[in-house]
Amino acid sequence: MNIPRLPIGEAMEAVIDFFVTHCSIFTKAFASLTGYGLDMAEAGLLVLPPWLLILVIAGLALWLSRSRAVAAFSLVGLLLIWNMGLWEATVSTLALVLVATLAAISVAVPLGVGAAMNRTAERLVMPVLDVMQTMPAFVYLIPAIPFFGLGKVAAIFSTVIFSMPPAIRLTCLGIKQVPAELSECAEAFGSSRWQKLFKLELPLAMPTIMAGINQTVMLALSMVVIAAMIGARGLGGEVWKAIQRLEMGRGFEAGLCIVIVAVILDRVLQKAGARK
Amino acid sequence: MRKIVVENVSKIFGPQPGRGLDMLEKGFSKQHILERTKLGVGVAKASFHVDEGEIVVVMGLSGSGKSTLLRCLNRLIEPTAGKIVIDGIDVTSLDAAGLRSLRLAKTGMVFQNFALFPHRTVLQNAEYGLEIKGLEPAQRRPRALEALSQVGLDGWSDAFPRQLSGGMQQRVGLARALALDPDILLMDEAFSALDPLIRRDMQDELLSLQETMRKTIVFISHDLDEALKLGDRIVLMKDGAIVQIGTPEEILTDPADDYVERFVAEVDITKVLTAESVMIPVTAVAYRRTDGPRASLRKMKKAGISTLFVLNDEHRLRGFVTADDAANAALRGEKDLESILVTDMQVAQPETPAQELISVLHNLPYPLPVVSEQGRLRGVVIRGALLGAMADRGRAQ
Repeated sequence: MNIPRLPIGEAMEAVIDFFVTHCSIFTKAFASLTGYGLDMAEAGLLVLPPWLLILVIAGLALWLSRSRAVAAFSLVGLLLIWNMGLWEATVSTLALVLVATLAAISVAVPLGVGAAMNRTAERLVMPVLDVMQTMPAFVYLIPAIPFFGLGKVAAIFSTVIFSMPPAIRLTCLGIKQVPAELSECAEAFGSSRWQKLFKLELPLAMPTIMAGINQTVMLALSMVVIAAMIGARGLGGEVWKAIQRLEMGRGFEAGLCIVIVAVILDRVLQKAGARK
Repeated sequence: MRKIVVENVSKIFGPQPGRGLDMLEKGFSKQHILERTKLGVGVAKASFHVDEGEIVVVMGLSGSGKSTLLRCLNRLIEPTAGKIVIDGIDVTSLDAAGLRSLRLAKTGMVFQNFALFPHRTVLQNAEYGLEIKGLEPAQRRPRALEALSQVGLDGWSDAFPRQLSGGMQQRVGLARALALDPDILLMDEAFSALDPLIRRDMQDELLSLQETMRKTIVFISHDLDEALKLGDRIVLMKDGAIVQIGTPEEILTDPADDYVERFVAEVDITKVLTAESVMIPVTAVAYRRTDGPRASLRKMKKAGISTLFVLNDEHRLRGFVTADDAANAALRGEKDLESILVTDMQVAQPETPAQELISVLHNLPYPLPVVSEQGRLRGVVIRGALLGAMADRGRAQ
């Protein structure tokens, strides 16, 4: 048997090489934009003393979720993190998640809207999303390195790619779920396509879009931990260090911090999304 | 003056509708075209006109193409062939911008299931058209409020649609259309989703509004009663084609073909009127478990009635008590209604024909309760209201 092997891997490499050599202007723009955003976010969060920031976050949790339990959990959880000496790593992780999520949403929501409004766009986007969601997370780390080198920007890049699909899917779903009768009514009252989108479809789709954003945040958090392997630092970095040095206790503490952050983000976003 | 003119409008659903159009031209039936080409004929060569200030009811069974025809008028559905002229403007040739301004300036629409925007308050719903038109909040608010007060919804501005009953929701739907002050109202089975009693109220209200507004109204309905009541003229449709156009009298006395005849065959005044269509709402009831003689007396006094129907916990009708019995029981100091509850009584089903009601009502000492299949009290028939409704119908004929 002598069937030639198909060069799928080589083809992918060639594509990446092509992008690396010919699209450096975009990668540089992305690198400086996210790098700048990340520095700002991190510096901004570290300007306040930890106890004050913890109070601010707990207050924010109370305001967004309208739930005292969530606010109390945030307060206690964050104080615990501070006590374990992992405050700076946590802030760094939060900043990564924040920047990655903002970038992901700003791409994903318009893409989801586009897919909902146009059948061709939907047919193009949906299979790509299927591939993206089944591809193992680690694979996204590899192309990030030739584009951006080791470091936080590469971590953000792979995080954005990894966390985008649910926001796209649920934005598209939310808009398509708007009852046909309402859509027809908006048209009967002379709405243009954009007026219909902004006055009817987006407001009605908002709870669904928020559910998508919640998932995107959760995925971003899980990815910035994995992205510690390519230099993301933060809590993932602590876990990674603990693995390399076989420090069971340190690793557990960092893992616990990640759980606390995940629970806070999830509950706050869920309650905020379900409120309307 | 002719406000709307529809000439030879056809709508074929499916790819390459031209094939269906050719077959339609050769006189093939909707069924035949569907079998041969898989194309659905929505509307087949419909022509009619609507005069200014006139109510035309387009009537037919479901699937007869009446809603499709209505949507062709403002091109929510694109007609495949034919011409529609509104106020001298050829609607079929308008571009997207022209179409939008036509919809804003001339045609207000009211939908079967209300189609209110759930994320907007009543006022914001009523304002929608004005907002799309580009009016500032300060300009559009008074006009929306005025439209709301026209339909009797003062003070509900800040409520959300889900907080309103069906009848009130459709009032919002009507106000949303009226706020733009359009010449034409397109009403797609606007009252079909409402309870019979509310539906009658809304029909009456539309007629009394129409006395002052003089709008041109195209009203879709599958209910002959409604068509006869509202329509200055009626357009009867079957399988996408118009089978007869005429005043209610013409339709009733001179049906154009078998189909129309079958439709109106039932229209013997006493037959077409059912208990449901002549009943009036019940203003007060007693609950068997909680109300005693004194409470019942008070309720009767407040409602100005002398017979009070008694419901059980599941809201099913159990009997009635009279004011005299209740007064005596109260004097005897009884705490519940058991001893005076009359359970042996005449009832009518919602679909009982009015002619049967006449003999039942004769000498009946209490209002005749109309009870649904589930045993719920839907309303009562009293002699005066029944005769009044029949007299009304006599005039319609």
